[in-house]
Amino acid sequence: MEDKAPSNPRELTQNPLKKIWMPCKNGLPEKHISQRKVCMTNCPTLIVTVGLPARGKTYISKKLTRYLNWIGVPTREFNVGQYRREFVKIYKSFEFFRPDNEEGLKIRRQCASAALNDVRQYLTEEGGQVAVFDATNTTRERRETIIQFAEQNGFKVFFVESVCEDPDVIQENIVQVKLGSPDYTNCNTEEAVEDFMKRIKCYENSYETLDEVLDRDLSYIKIMDVGQRYLVNRVLDHIQSRIVYYLMNIHITPRSIYLCRHGESELNVKGRIGGDSGLTPRGKEFAKKLSQFIQAQSISDLKVWTSQMKRTIQTAEALSVPYEQWKVLNEIDAGVCEEMMYEEIQDHYPLEFALRDQDKYRYRYPKGESYEDLVQRLEPVIMELERQENVLVICHQAVMRCLLAYFLDKTAEELPYLKCPLHTVLKLTPVAYGCKVESISLNVDAVNTHRERPENVDVSRMSEEALLTVPAHQ
Amino acid sequence: MEFPHLERMRLRRCDSAASVPQFCNSPTVIVMVGLPARGKTYISKKLTRYLNWIGVPTKMFNVGQYRREAVKIYKNFEFFKPDNEEAMRIRKACAAAALKDVSAYFTKEQGQVAVFDATNTTRERRAVIISLAKEKGYKVFFVESICDDPEIIAENIKQVKSGSPDYVDRDIDEAMEDFVQRIECYKASYMPIDDEKDRKLSYIKIFDVGSRYLVNRVQDHIQSRIVYYLMNIHVTPRSIYLSRHGESELNLLGRIGGDSGLSPRGLKYANALADFIRSQKITDLKVWTSHMKRTIQTAETLGVQYEQWKALNEIDAGVCEELTYEEIQENFPEEFALRDQDKYRYRYPKGESYEDLVHRLEPVIMELERQENVLVVCHQAVMRCLLAYFLDKPADELPYLRCPLHTVLKLTPIAYGCKVESYFLNIEAVNTHRERPRNVNINRDTEEALQTVPDHV
Repeated sequence: MEDKAPSNPRELTQNPLKKIWMPCKNGLPEKHISQRKVCMTNCPTLIVTVGLPARGKTYISKKLTRYLNWIGVPTREFNVGQYRREFVKIYKSFEFFRPDNEEGLKIRRQCASAALNDVRQYLTEEGGQVAVFDATNTTRERRETIIQFAEQNGFKVFFVESVCEDPDVIQENIVQVKLGSPDYTNCNTEEAVEDFMKRIKCYENSYETLDEVLDRDLSYIKIMDVGQRYLVNRVLDHIQSRIVYYLMNIHITPRSIYLCRHGESELNVKGRIGGDSGLTPRGKEFAKKLSQFIQAQSISDLKVWTSQMKRTIQTAEALSVPYEQWKVLNEIDAGVCEEMMYEEIQDHYPLEFALRDQDKYRYRYPKGESYEDLVQRLEPVIMELERQENVLVICHQAVMRCLLAYFLDKTAEELPYLKCPLHTVLKLTPVAYGCKVESISLNVDAVNTHRERPENVDVSRMSEEALLTVPAHQ
Repeated sequence: MEFPHLERMRLRRCDSAASVPQFCNSPTVIVMVGLPARGKTYISKKLTRYLNWIGVPTKMFNVGQYRREAVKIYKNFEFFKPDNEEAMRIRKACAAAALKDVSAYFTKEQGQVAVFDATNTTRERRAVIISLAKEKGYKVFFVESICDDPEIIAENIKQVKSGSPDYVDRDIDEAMEDFVQRIECYKASYMPIDDEKDRKLSYIKIFDVGSRYLVNRVQDHIQSRIVYYLMNIHVTPRSIYLSRHGESELNLLGRIGGDSGLSPRGLKYANALADFIRSQKITDLKVWTSHMKRTIQTAETLGVQYEQWKALNEIDAGVCEELTYEEIQENFPEEFALRDQDKYRYRYPKGESYEDLVHRLEPVIMELERQENVLVVCHQAVMRCLLAYFLDKPADELPYLRCPLHTVLKLTPIAYGCKVESYFLNIEAVNTHRERPRNVNINRDTEEALQTVPDHV
């Protein structure tokens, strides 16, 4: 810091949407100060997967990308296989991947280059923070090329290698994701499996795993046997540390996650938001039905989580099983608007109400929270959900939207408008690269609490326009 | 002492008030492994401090302590020679005594995690621990520290061994020489955890002070958190500066919470802080504030980039926001009394408790561990929580730690702990510290309740 004469601090103004204090000149905000962003690196990061086919590289890439985007780090994956499929319209057989197939090698190199080019564009021109380069990258030569590319462009590189020799795991992998691949749409199961095994063989001879000695200056994590063991080398910064933590917590054991809201509450029927009220008779009915539903599902070892608000706890009580209360599962704090009806919010805070409709994800209630804040507060829940197996989470509308957005890879724009009606259970089961969703309504009537974005979000709009989409209530 | 009026609060939080969900029902023994001077005790103490802070009752058992109690005077490294049968017997007895205390800690003191700090360098010794744990239903997690860099080891010996009770009468060079011989005694029989033979065990191997890690079979949540923590700490010298915002308008009025701006004296402090920071000539200082106006205004005068963390916001006093203590006593006398009864766990209605605050601040602590030189401009309750982490203060002391306005605390890790230097920047400010009054009963008089309220406008 250079010597400076004592100065008067800059005037501060509070951003009306996010309620962030920023310096301003003549009432106008100055250069925007970054609020706490997850990634504290200044240079973008290139994550490079390494491993033979069917080792879960794409599974990891997609999951990691989904997680990073959810916590607010703009991330995109670049799957070289996709580029290859676009280039070589029709996949004939494993012969394409033979190490002596010069034509094939040339095409594959070109595809890798094209992908890296897109990576560069994403990280330098499109505001991307992390790019996941998903390919086998099994030779040191190929990895060296990537390292040089990153150096030239000022990107940090972090390798994620997946090593697995368990034939059962590999077989299951092939069945789950390869059979459905565009490469094998016209083959039957046996043909596809046979061809894919031969494909793997093409890579095996030239596979150079990340070496403890030769690669000791690289930053990487080596995942062995689907997470039994990890080797972590030279974690450089915050984002790499978070990535390692995440990768070490995910697993592929089949399980289901059940999400639902508390039963209908007293404030729900009055059309009031927030608060800490108890269940209505219909809400209690839902709790009973929920208990029956859960029993009928015959779930082994089910963990039940609630928030610390009365309505979720009352709901869980009906299940007659132990449950765990998480404060972080509490509903979004509506600050000065707590326990108000939308009509009252429009009456007392029409500006706030409009700002919220303009950017529902980032809008923070005065003395309250935003969806963006909620996501940050829910991150430990997501991390623990990844660690766990069968879990039932009894929570709240905004909270459930955030959790759902994580599992279904919804954007920040979509998140605050996801439909999470009362008295409906969502059963999420991971399948292949994504998540199967089953929506089960337990047939107990409840008030609708979903308010769609109205057409007019201007601060100058009329009350009727603002209240157009408010659901009916007492 | 049980206070029946806390029942309501207890029901509010049910079983898990700790930041760590109580998924692990079986206690965990963390077993250190490694030659002397590999940082085992450093890691043990730090890990214990962290786990206790996040609400997991943890205790450290250092076998060297037991040995010092059994053998009053340490002569020299010959005690550790592998052919010294007498000594071997003593050392085995000490390890057994420590393990017995571990059991007692779990069964009689509701401990959740025990850190067994010893070399544990032979498979035989580790097998004893594993079989005991199996018998009693404890989980075992090994933490092995491997380092062959002679410079690091020498620095280690200098920093912590020369000050050890074993070398109290020796000068540095003698201590160094004897200790090096001590290490040699262990080397011949040292069997590191074997990736093949021990593949069923749960462990983390730390290589070269964190350059590389090998993690095997993490069983549960707490082990996952421990691994994450161990992978984020480092030993690079640095200092952490903690300060509150400058005196605020609401401070002057004796009101808690809110989002007011700095008073004129507060602004003076901000300028003084800038001068102070400049005079410290810190390389690469990161500056963090909360999202509240008063900390941001304070940071603005520094003229450097700063980062706003919502997690650093002051404790949410819920319905008591912006009230004076007198008003709280008038409007919520029962709440006021409950708070004095258990200030750490007490949660303001529609607000937070110190316990909640700790949970909220955990990512800040994790990032502070990763970083080097940092200045954190925050608030009274927040600063108390952070300070308690660095100075290993228990939950009942935390809410009463003194964090006056206009005072910077400089924390510098040394040896096994933290050096604290306090700098009052000579700008007067109102006192905001309210001591626990003598009478915390809900039927106390108003005067008794307000006895310790500091002066204000």
